[in-house]
Amino acid sequence: MPFIPHTDEDVSEMLGLIGAPSIEALFDEIPAALRIASLDAVPAALNELEVMQLMQARAHQDGRPLCFIGAGAYEHHIPAAVWSTISRGEFYSAYTPYQAEASQGTLQSIYEYQSMMASLTGMEVCNASLYDGATALAEAVLMAVRANRKSSSARILLPANVHPHYRAVALTTAGNQGVKFELLPYERGQGHTARETLDAFAGQDITALVIQQPNFFGVFEDVDALTDFAHAQGALVIAVVNPTSLALLKPPGAWGAKGANIVIGDGQPLGCPLSSGGPYFGFMSTRMEHVRQMPGRLVGRTVDLDGRPGFTLTLQAREQHIRRAKATSNICTNQGLLMLAGTLYMALLGAEGLERVAALSMQRTEQLARVLTGIPGVRRLFGRAGFHEIVLGLERPAAPVLADLSRRGIEGGLDLADYYPELGPALLVCATETKTPADIDSYGRALGEVLHAARAA
Amino acid sequence: MREKLIFEYSRPGRGARAQWPAASTPVIPATLRRQRRPQLPEVSELDVVRHYTRLSQLNFSIDTHFYPLGSCTMKYNPKACNAAALLPEFAGRHPLSSVASGQGFLACLYELQEMLKAVTGMRAVALSPLAGAHGEFAGVAMIRAYHRSRGQLQRNEIIVPQAAHGTNPATASMCGCVAREVAVGPDGDVDLDALRAAVGPGTAGIMLTNPSTLGVFERRIEEVARIVHAAGGLLYYDGANLNAILGKVRPGDMAFDAIHMNLHKTFSTPHGGGGPGAGAVGVSARLQPFLPVPIVARESEEQGAGYQYRWLTERDLPQSIGRLASFAGNAGVLLRAYVYMRMLGRDGMRRVGEYATLNANYLAKLLTQIGYEAAYPQRRASHEFIITLRRQAQELGVTAMDVAKRLLDLGFHAPTTYFPQLVSECLLIEPTETESKQTLDAFAAAMAQILREAGQQPELLRSAPHTLPVRRLDDVRAAREPDLIYKSDAR
Repeated sequence: MPFIPHTDEDVSEMLGLIGAPSIEALFDEIPAALRIASLDAVPAALNELEVMQLMQARAHQDGRPLCFIGAGAYEHHIPAAVWSTISRGEFYSAYTPYQAEASQGTLQSIYEYQSMMASLTGMEVCNASLYDGATALAEAVLMAVRANRKSSSARILLPANVHPHYRAVALTTAGNQGVKFELLPYERGQGHTARETLDAFAGQDITALVIQQPNFFGVFEDVDALTDFAHAQGALVIAVVNPTSLALLKPPGAWGAKGANIVIGDGQPLGCPLSSGGPYFGFMSTRMEHVRQMPGRLVGRTVDLDGRPGFTLTLQAREQHIRRAKATSNICTNQGLLMLAGTLYMALLGAEGLERVAALSMQRTEQLARVLTGIPGVRRLFGRAGFHEIVLGLERPAAPVLADLSRRGIEGGLDLADYYPELGPALLVCATETKTPADIDSYGRALGEVLHAARAA
Repeated sequence: MREKLIFEYSRPGRGARAQWPAASTPVIPATLRRQRRPQLPEVSELDVVRHYTRLSQLNFSIDTHFYPLGSCTMKYNPKACNAAALLPEFAGRHPLSSVASGQGFLACLYELQEMLKAVTGMRAVALSPLAGAHGEFAGVAMIRAYHRSRGQLQRNEIIVPQAAHGTNPATASMCGCVAREVAVGPDGDVDLDALRAAVGPGTAGIMLTNPSTLGVFERRIEEVARIVHAAGGLLYYDGANLNAILGKVRPGDMAFDAIHMNLHKTFSTPHGGGGPGAGAVGVSARLQPFLPVPIVARESEEQGAGYQYRWLTERDLPQSIGRLASFAGNAGVLLRAYVYMRMLGRDGMRRVGEYATLNANYLAKLLTQIGYEAAYPQRRASHEFIITLRRQAQELGVTAMDVAKRLLDLGFHAPTTYFPQLVSECLLIEPTETESKQTLDAFAAAMAQILREAGQQPELLRSAPHTLPVRRLDDVRAAREPDLIYKSDAR
């Protein structure tokens, strides 16, 4: 019996002690009409060899294309020490650290994570992870509604150049609590949100402004001006950031005169494999003045009965297992192991290593831009400086081009047709430090051939 | 036993340089540049490996200890599940890459959906919710969308039993609903008269765990369903305790309209010290149009006998509650659950509920023979059961927490303490099916020792644990003087 250790002798001794004639008898409180007759739709068992053969065959079927897609999930080198260490059973198969004395390893590593991430974002406190970047934005919006006591409108200014999936999740989640979103347009030809766009809202009751830096197009926002304007209107600022970029970019805590109020993002670039979209981890940091409105777990350092330092979950009066219907969120299980991956990644790279990853990713993206815009019919759509992603305009629909590239083993970028039809045929492409000049050249050659063939057809 | 903070190993100029890519000098507008480096440690690769390996050794885990944490289903996590999910093609696949280059991956997800439908009796399944509470959110949001689609905007009350998980009322609030508690009778089943009084034109639905958080099967579930459905409400199944009945009874056959499954409990994906999980949702026919996107669909190939897999989006499901996650869910967790289900197969599925129940009833019997008091002695245990220390608390001044802490000294993770709050001084004990009779006997022997100690040297319990890296921690100080991040003296 896979993973069940009982011998026949064990079973009969156990039933003897219980005083039951059979295992089936233990289910005698369940109405007979409800018992399952058959589970035929579930296949028969495979042993480990068979299941691994099946999974290897399926993995092989998918292959390992050369990937130039970013759009919220980025391929970076993951040091071997990250997963070999966090795959230890003591981390991997432990539960939430409710029994603090038996969970000091998990608790201390969370405290270290909170410290690193708070510093990276320039904030005072950071929680022990949310599910992912999109749900972190939804939670940040709900938190801003609670935290901004001067505002009663529950109105959120949400630029159209914030990741479309993040916007969708914020709507699914916060829409149920009556939060209203106002979509802000971006500048044509530039891709950023102009400060002047906000003038239409001057003097109005706005709860919070969301700013993504770099934004979904990879373009830099004028974060100081946007932040100062929002604060002057009594609105809070929610920053959506890429953690890798923060090695080089001004942290949200230093935006404008007062800094952002809530900072969120996806921690995936810090040591989490792409893995078809998850598991990743959402991060959230803020200022101490807002900490009691923050969702998610927090670890604090304290002392034990002998006065020795130790770590424990704290400020739990915000959470569902204590406050139930009045909790700041319903979140319970988070993304602990991925947050731990992020902790080891940050410790291994250090500030300088992370700067180099960010800088080389920018450089490779510039190379990619040069190579691809050298191809007839390919141009950059936005002239403004940015991080490690760019938007390319094409002269023909992107979908068949991407399909042709995919057949050549290249995932050539994200088709923006469904997200931003006003851009015309457009691709969002990304290169990180993992893309060599040879990779970039082979993408350039393939795209040139595909477009050439399309014109000839 | 204390391990320093990683920051305390830091030395200026040190670094894990094998991890540094070549240096380059990007152009960033001056006003956007970072002025001061973040406070990340400057340490070697060995520093990092040794520090976090040592930290891991301060933890209890399934791989090292019996972990009978009620409501959490801490069963063995087979290593093959992890190995398969981390195959480089799966681990390296970008979430937005073409479906053409993801047919193997999508086939696994599709078959996972089908197997989950089969074991739960639901009409359709969506895999994108990222944890149990996230699945609850999806379920209640679908229930609201259903009522809204029928013009019944006033239905915003979610009924929860007194002993429900905290996530249930918190989810109701997240969805803009009001949580309304109903009483549980002395036998552990929902008080039907209280339920009849609670339902009405404002009822959106009821959230139930079955077996309940009291470790007993809700015997009148069919009557509960009739009452709620007759009042126009829907039934939500909190899958936290699905392990108890896997392969024996299906939520769909109990007339539930929406469920979530904790794949990190019932389907054995590792808990990771707090996450990740996966909270797949299943629905009855009437809620199918409202499922969150994306979902994997299988279509016959235009030519040939094979299948093509693709994502269903809002275009296919215009009434969907929408998107719940950045991408398609915790795919790596879903793959682990898929491998687990394939290794168990249909017969193994049935044995999960059977042996989880056998182990719980056996351990319950052992503990009551030793002298512990069962909270519901007249009932069969499901996959978990509650003992109460109310007598010991009164007579000896020894609490459930004291027993829990002493268990840590004896090499066992503690059961869940003080939940459900309905039972005073309680321990909720869930052994799971992957533990042997010998482990259960050893746990019972430790519990017998603790009961003797409670009578003879109660202070030993009140001051436990004695052998762990730290003794009991000052939680009050942690909350009053929050120390949430490290600040070096230098700054």
